[in-house]
Amino acid sequence: MIPVLRHLGTLIGLLVIMLFFAAQLPDTFLTPRNLINISQQIAMLAVVAFTMTVVMVMNDFDLSVGSTASLAGIVAAVLFAMGVPIWVGVGAALAAGILGGLINGALVAFLGILPFVATLGTLTIFSGLAFFISGGETIFGRDIPKPFAEFARSGVPLDGVGLEGAQLPYLTIVAIATLALVWVTLEHTVFGRKLYAIGGNTEAARLAGIDVARARLAAFAITGFGAAVAGLMYASRVASANPTQGAGLMLDAIAAVFLGMTMGKQGEPRVLATLVGVLILGILDNGLTQMQVDSYVREMLVGSIVIAAVAISSLGRRA
Amino acid sequence: MPDIIKFSGLTKRYGAACVLDDASLLLVGGRVHALMGENGAGKSTLIKMIAGVLRPDQMTARKNGQDLALRSQADAMAAGFRFIHQEMNIVPQLSVAENILLGLPTPTRWGGLVDWPEMARRAANALHQLGAPALNMRRAAGSLSPVERMLVKLAAAFVSHEGAQAPCLYVLDEPTAVLSQTEAEALFAVIARLKSQGAAILYVSHRLNEVMQICDDVTVLRNGRAVMTAPLANTSKDDIILAMTGRAVDDAFPPRPKPVVWDFGDDVICSAQYVATKSLSDLNFTLRAGEILGIGGLAAAGQTALLRLFLGLERPHKGMAKLMRTAVPQSPSAAWARGVAYIPQERRTEGLMMAMGTRPNAMLPHYKGIFARLRNERVQTADLTARLGITAAGPEQPVWQLSGGNQQKVIFARALAQPPRLLLLDDPTRGVDVGAKYEIYSLIRALSAKGCAVLLASSDLPELLGLSDRILVLQSGRQTGILKTDGLEPSDLLRAFYAAQPAAKSLISELI
Repeated sequence: MIPVLRHLGTLIGLLVIMLFFAAQLPDTFLTPRNLINISQQIAMLAVVAFTMTVVMVMNDFDLSVGSTASLAGIVAAVLFAMGVPIWVGVGAALAAGILGGLINGALVAFLGILPFVATLGTLTIFSGLAFFISGGETIFGRDIPKPFAEFARSGVPLDGVGLEGAQLPYLTIVAIATLALVWVTLEHTVFGRKLYAIGGNTEAARLAGIDVARARLAAFAITGFGAAVAGLMYASRVASANPTQGAGLMLDAIAAVFLGMTMGKQGEPRVLATLVGVLILGILDNGLTQMQVDSYVREMLVGSIVIAAVAISSLGRRA
Repeated sequence: MPDIIKFSGLTKRYGAACVLDDASLLLVGGRVHALMGENGAGKSTLIKMIAGVLRPDQMTARKNGQDLALRSQADAMAAGFRFIHQEMNIVPQLSVAENILLGLPTPTRWGGLVDWPEMARRAANALHQLGAPALNMRRAAGSLSPVERMLVKLAAAFVSHEGAQAPCLYVLDEPTAVLSQTEAEALFAVIARLKSQGAAILYVSHRLNEVMQICDDVTVLRNGRAVMTAPLANTSKDDIILAMTGRAVDDAFPPRPKPVVWDFGDDVICSAQYVATKSLSDLNFTLRAGEILGIGGLAAAGQTALLRLFLGLERPHKGMAKLMRTAVPQSPSAAWARGVAYIPQERRTEGLMMAMGTRPNAMLPHYKGIFARLRNERVQTADLTARLGITAAGPEQPVWQLSGGNQQKVIFARALAQPPRLLLLDDPTRGVDVGAKYEIYSLIRALSAKGCAVLLASSDLPELLGLSDRILVLQSGRQTGILKTDGLEPSDLLRAFYAAQPAAKSLISELI
């Protein structure tokens, strides 16, 4: 019983939460429309959490993802306002994300600064930069090109599978694609194996001939890229960009990875387990909003759930 | 009337292995007693037992005829025993006074606030009793010189609760390992002072010269037995070395198979000419394919640094160090890519991903291309597991669940997965049982017979003599000679380790 609870406790928790909402909100919760809606709501968090998993596999962190997301949105929006083509704005935003990740990676890998400290520093820098570039203002309206804003509101029609008029949102598709890419990278590439080895024992990996610095650099670049993608998704969804809009992503993303880590055999992060963590956070958010529970209560609940999940899993591990 | 502290029947078994076998030790107040023995002879087990840290299978401890119970560290403290370990565990952020009084309840005043003047007074008193110069009690201990740290550590061992009885026994475990000559002299002065105050001192050291200089009696342990106890006045260095090593090397080593060394011709794998690095100097040797070059010396004489020179972790700043005729690699990844395999000394911290299985641990340095080929890895792991006789419940069973011998074989599997050109071994059988040892020796022999060059650092003398073709002797990082192992006795080797520099000419073969 205990081992089952240890590895699957979090998954069981997700099912319990879903059953609870299904019972409380029989008419609205388990409907295709709401499920599609949830998938769209959690898409940004999902992208950040999936790519965050890549650095957390090495026992590292990236606290700067929220600022990176905001910065990417601002970079794209400022360029749009200057009238550049969409692909240039998007490309520049993604490049900014990768560059930010490379800076984090270089600080950690070559200067040996603890990831917590290095990314706490860049969190502030990137956030300041976003304010600086935007002049502290929200960029919206005419400055944001229509096709860019349309992206988040459209999707692939689901008429073929019997859901007349419903669409699978592009944002959801981006999240699914990210999941697939990260999964293949972590589980099926040599690079992913090396990351797990570094997480298992950094010194041993280095002595066994793994280029730890290079792997770290690449992993942080991936996380920065993911944050930029999420920032663009956010900007598209709200058809505007302001220098703080990504701020909430970081804590939720780390919480989602931690929830997932409770399912790892040895407590290691796995991206599919991160998905379970993302779903728990997203579904709680959706269900409690529908039940009109105060958002402060929601925050207390989310915090308690993360602590409870990790506590149960560490108790199980000790036994 | 000096204190007489007697330990007898000291016995400790781990499964079938007997680490201490009915050893005894007699310590007398006002005398310094040396405890000597090779690595694994049981010295540290003995110390842990009398410190109350390790539960003995059997032990009688008596002080002046009265039985002592040593079930915990507190018991040992109450009996008046004090222990000073090799690593000087001071807390660098705390003041000198706090470090000296660390183990004791902090004096307080005004209902709970720290009584700083009282602390300084007690700490200064402790230093004074050592005959040590006064230190600024408020200085951070991290800013002290090694000698001052040693004094602080000694003072910390010296203090006791106000009114408690004075310590009757000091145990110093390799205290000079990290000290320079002058620092060691300062320590000896403190020891002399403690001695004159009537305390008994148990001095554990590998350093024969030191022991001859400051000790009055010696006990030598070998394979867990006290094989010799004598006053040093009528004992020679050679007597001690003979007692430490026993007779000759026993036949625990697989014989060197035919194709003999030189069949691989002049294929030079490693060479060093007048090489110096931060911690090494005067390196001059060549290592050819199929040859096993041992690296010997006292503890921490630079053995690991020499291995790491060829792993890209020691930068030569003088001379010419080459691997396969080109410059030594710049990083471990470059080294592995060029056919170097490394077996580190600490398998838990430097060797294995403990939570992972045999497969990822063994395959790690050999990943190629972009995508992992799991099926291929499984096949290779199964093959290695069979060849090395690894007992595991499958390729994914976390290695922390395996025995020490099996863990060590997993690290060997990593080295063997691609046949290496150069194998770097750092104490390859540390903490491995006898059966697994023989298998590991056979593996090393087999690799060498196929033309792999081996650099073997080992603290185990019989192992060094039994496997190596030649032995490079290091003293504090400096190469002092290369000995041919043919006809070499353990005592010859120890003499070379202890030899005053430069090493005795007669022992050194021509440099190659």
